[in-house]
Amino acid sequence: MIVSLAGETIKVAFTHRPRWRLFLGHLLNIGVRSQAIVGIAGGFTGMVFAVQTFYQFHKVRLDSATGAVVAVAMAMELGPVLAALMVAGRVGAAVTAELGTMKVTEQIDALRSLGVHPVDYLVVPRFLAMMIALPLLTAEAIWLGIMGGYVLTVHMMGAEPSYYMANMILYTRARDILHGLIKSFFFGFLLIFIACHKGMQTEAGSEGVGRSTNQAVVVSCIAVLISDFFLTLLLTKLLA
Amino acid sequence: MIQVRGLKKRLRSQQVLNGLDIDLPDGHTVVIIGQSGTGKSVFLKHLIGLMRPDAGSIHVDGERVDPLREREWAPVRRKFGMLFQGAALFDSMRVFENVAFPLRERGGLTVEQIRERVMHALSLVDLDGSEDKYPAELSGGMRKRVGLARAIVGEPKYLLYDEPTTGLDPVTADTINELILRLRDSLRVTSIAVTHDMASAFKIGDRIVMLYGGKNYFEGTIEETKATDDPIVRQFITGQAEGPLTAKNRR
Repeated sequence: MIVSLAGETIKVAFTHRPRWRLFLGHLLNIGVRSQAIVGIAGGFTGMVFAVQTFYQFHKVRLDSATGAVVAVAMAMELGPVLAALMVAGRVGAAVTAELGTMKVTEQIDALRSLGVHPVDYLVVPRFLAMMIALPLLTAEAIWLGIMGGYVLTVHMMGAEPSYYMANMILYTRARDILHGLIKSFFFGFLLIFIACHKGMQTEAGSEGVGRSTNQAVVVSCIAVLISDFFLTLLLTKLLA
Repeated sequence: MIQVRGLKKRLRSQQVLNGLDIDLPDGHTVVIIGQSGTGKSVFLKHLIGLMRPDAGSIHVDGERVDPLREREWAPVRRKFGMLFQGAALFDSMRVFENVAFPLRERGGLTVEQIRERVMHALSLVDLDGSEDKYPAELSGGMRKRVGLARAIVGEPKYLLYDEPTTGLDPVTADTINELILRLRDSLRVTSIAVTHDMASAFKIGDRIVMLYGGKNYFEGTIEETKATDDPIVRQFITGQAEGPLTAKNRR
């Protein structure tokens, strides 16, 4: 069960010695190596959103409000959701495929036979790395989205930079960014446990690995989108 | 000594083990034989806690181990070394790291001591000079030998072999058999091997146990096994297509 996997992982993370080498390796893989894909997704989404918003606002002479709308949307919604979806595709799939292959080739049984608990060795370091990497990647997506929107709106669409910046700073609050970062923690939690659980439950050879990987990505994406709705309702109330 | 009593295990709709009783005395090499699907590997995995029985008991050196929880198994598993059917090497690690893994995990040894133990284990399985290779660069026989080196490096009391010669050509298979005999003599371990390769069973074993119907159907020395007139055992060890084993399957 995914709930018992999460419970055991959290317990071990706080009670056992950290496996630094594994943790740093996963941090490199989940965090550093996902930067390009998350950055591209965040930057281009920010630009597209800025263009659409600018055209609509231009009709009612609200061009300078574009920055505020782009910044708030990137911070609260687009940044965390896009980063999570990108990481689900890149990292979640890889984690499930790796653990699934280890399962069907008896490598996980070999770990157990050598007295090493698979949760300690395979899940905890990935969980800790994900909990650090995804919020940082989300911050990167938010930053690049806002920057992309600014560069496009000001330098290509001709918006007035000082009003753009002033409105953006005025209407973007610290709690909007906090809202997005809290979501990213929650998404990271979901992604890593879905990926590890699906991998460790894999059966039926290479076909099973493919099926688990596919399920992990689909379930992760759906879980991110559905939980985003409920988190938005909850955090909007809590941080209001 | 390992004692197994009334072991039962159902996998999906099949009752794989159905009240299995076996004694595995210290210092012997017991070979478990039986048709595919009779629960040989399932039985082996029960001994080391990789599978949990539905009923029955397992005692290792007088300690009842079957009710232990996963984390309580660690000290019991240190008494065991296991060679998996496909070797189950960690494919992200080099040969040296694979063999060093159990020592590093247990702790208490210096880097130099670990290196010494790993190189000794690799030399026992005739793999000197292969420590920097990855599992993907090795042949099937070499992978089994690395798996064997990993199993013995922790100096276990019991060695479990799951189909040690399956998938190997006859010459390589015999090399593995010779290696098992050599390890038995040099390490003085108690070995339990699962196989349906009768040439291997007769060569490495000093007792044969045949599983049939989820139970210990026959048990005896090599000579007793070869001399038995039980039609089921005879059909299996001579590898005949016609006989009571296949007749029952057809029914």
